[in-house]
Amino acid sequence: MAAIEQSDVPPHRKGLVSWFNRRGWSDIIIATPYIWLLVFFFLSFIIVVAMSFATRTPTAPPFSFGGEHPLINLDGYKRLFQDSLYIRAFLTSVVNALIATALCLLIGYPMALGLTRVSRAWRNILLMLVILPFWTSFLLRVYAWMGLMSNNSWFNRGLTSIWNWVVPTDWALRSIPMMNTNFAVVLVMVYSYLPFMILPLFANLEKLDQTLDEAAMDLGSRPFQVFRDVTLPLSIPGIIAGGLLVFIPAAGELIIPSLVGNSSQPMIGRVISDEFASARDWPMASSVAVALLLLLVLPMMLYTHFDAKAQERMKDEP
Amino acid sequence: MPSPQPVSAPVNTAGADPFVRIEAVTKRFGSFTAVDDVSLSIYKGEIFGLLGGSGCGKTTLLRMLAGFEDPTSGRIWLDGQDMTGVPPYERPVNMMFQSYALFPHMTVEKNVAYGLKHERMTDAQRKDRVREMLDLVQLTQFAHRKPHQISGGQRQRVALARALARAPKLLLLDEPLAALDKKLREHTQFELMNIQSQTGVTFVVVTHDQEEAMTLSDRIAVMDKGQVRQIGTPNDVYEYPNSRFVAGFIGSITTFEATVRKIEGQNAILDVPAMGGVKIGRSVPGLTEGEKVTLALRPEKIRLGRERPDDPNSFSGVVSGLGYLGKDSLYRIALPDGQIVTVNSVNARRVGEDERVADWEDQVWLSFDPTSAILLRN
Ligand SMILES: Nc1ncnc2c1ncn2[C@@H]1O[C@H](COP(=O)(O)OP(=O)(O)OP(=O)(O)O)[C@@H](O)[C@H]1O
Ligand SMILES: [Mg+2]
Repeated sequence: MAAIEQSDVPPHRKGLVSWFNRRGWSDIIIATPYIWLLVFFFLSFIIVVAMSFATRTPTAPPFSFGGEHPLINLDGYKRLFQDSLYIRAFLTSVVNALIATALCLLIGYPMALGLTRVSRAWRNILLMLVILPFWTSFLLRVYAWMGLMSNNSWFNRGLTSIWNWVVPTDWALRSIPMMNTNFAVVLVMVYSYLPFMILPLFANLEKLDQTLDEAAMDLGSRPFQVFRDVTLPLSIPGIIAGGLLVFIPAAGELIIPSLVGNSSQPMIGRVISDEFASARDWPMASSVAVALLLLLVLPMMLYTHFDAKAQERMKDEP
Repeated sequence: MPSPQPVSAPVNTAGADPFVRIEAVTKRFGSFTAVDDVSLSIYKGEIFGLLGGSGCGKTTLLRMLAGFEDPTSGRIWLDGQDMTGVPPYERPVNMMFQSYALFPHMTVEKNVAYGLKHERMTDAQRKDRVREMLDLVQLTQFAHRKPHQISGGQRQRVALARALARAPKLLLLDEPLAALDKKLREHTQFELMNIQSQTGVTFVVVTHDQEEAMTLSDRIAVMDKGQVRQIGTPNDVYEYPNSRFVAGFIGSITTFEATVRKIEGQNAILDVPAMGGVKIGRSVPGLTEGEKVTLALRPEKIRLGRERPDDPNSFSGVVSGLGYLGKDSLYRIALPDGQIVTVNSVNARRVGEDERVADWEDQVWLSFDPTSAILLRN
């Protein structure tokens, strides 16, 4: 950390500046977010891990480390594999999150690319529009979708009449059953997480040198080939960043599936919440939470590991 | 000795059909005119230099040749074909970008091979061509590196190899050497000329460095504010500039106001008040007696001595400044009316400081050959 240039500071403040530098305040400022993460993420996570090895009791708090399995009780993890509820919940979560991520990418990529190609004034307006939904409460927006998807809404009726117009008469419907389906979950997740895909993609695409596109075109590539050969490969970091930012919260999502989802096909967030609150089985809930974290973090760690290795390999080449 | 050239006359290519013909091309960005009614011809196999200050429209003209910009008006013909509306990927033209624009995610080899993807050739032919190009620019050993793993000069050569790989009819180079240091630049200039003569491709080289333009080009177009001011061989443009702008842009110059007194065959007799009387210079076509003109002298064309020379084209002044540059010395001479003349004298012999031709405050005599003076019509 560079010390503040003493000579740039008026004399009466010199004392203050040197005091600031000497006392190592800068270290404290840098350390604060790490301390925050340590206390509110890492320590709490350790507690959750510890709890996942505890035994359920009818006391308050409803777990203990004694009894038949002192300290380590793996029942929670065993049940993860024995009870198909958990495996199905994991599968539903991963599938829903993957579909939502893929859709976000399909919708978000052209939008991000478009943002880099419009004039500066338009770019600011459009970026504003992308971020605008964050200005209203998330819950409110989910409720709005519930209203839209319900059977008697103008939205549903409009879609139903289009459907009836397109398909043969014996497929005709009174209304499209959208609420309480995985379709609804994916739809609302795509809507909610789209900005998390667009913003990192835009940041990545904006940095790309547009003369590279011109160079490719100069060398004989048509616009689509330019996209395939230059823009797309160079935007992979943005795709990965956006993908992770959408996939990870989507896989653990609680509110959207609770409000618009199919309760007979719960997602994993819902299962954790139910185990904690309704079943009061804290060790089981903790086991599911730890398993979810491993499921989400492992692919990421593998990716960074192999990416780092690939980078190494490239450097070592003569 | 060639006589002064009018704008856009082909010099050593008379009679040949132009390979590139730019016809009255204008490019406007909004209300700003970046390229203003430019017409010029480029011949097969030559290195054509586009020289001009920053923002004079060189890159814009090049981008119109490559097809990245459409002319607002005018036409570009390439090898007898009208290029209007032809997209960049269908032009037999390749460009070497000012920033090189190498694909960072591809190796040197893949970069060079990229343009060949669209060519109808077998994999083996493609491989051979890439190898041939890498040999040409001496980068074979770096074939598997990525652009960020090689030096700036090597990157520049990759860009050149990539642009040449498709054997374009016309290669456009936008400030190809700007990012290189002086030594490497001089070396690369000759390399470029070598490669040009080996491949026979027509080059258009953009530069704002007059020395570079003079070294590289067979012919130069000097541009100013979107307009072409003069086209000619380096020698023509230097020795027979057609305007005060060109004279001042290429090399340095001292100018004097003068009036034509009489025209005698090849020579014009001039009244030059600053030099205290009548001098002669080589006439230019269309000059009339009584016309106000500008007499321009290059620093190296003026002789300097202590004694009055036996020469009608002599005048005297006082040394008001002196710079020793090693291979030559620069003198600033103040004339009686206050005008400063810059004189360049080559230090052909090694002499000590006190044996110099002239020193501060010395009265000296200057003279020039009538044929060395540049006459510019106002
Ligand atoms: N896309 C554009 N929109 C608006 N003005 C432009 C555009 N491209 C170029 N210009 C303007 O046109 C003029 C000529 O630009 P150009 O890039 O051709 O200059 P140049 O001669 O290549 O200069 P340099 O030596 O600095 O590269 C400049 O004044 C520039 O500001
Ligand atoms: Mg330029």
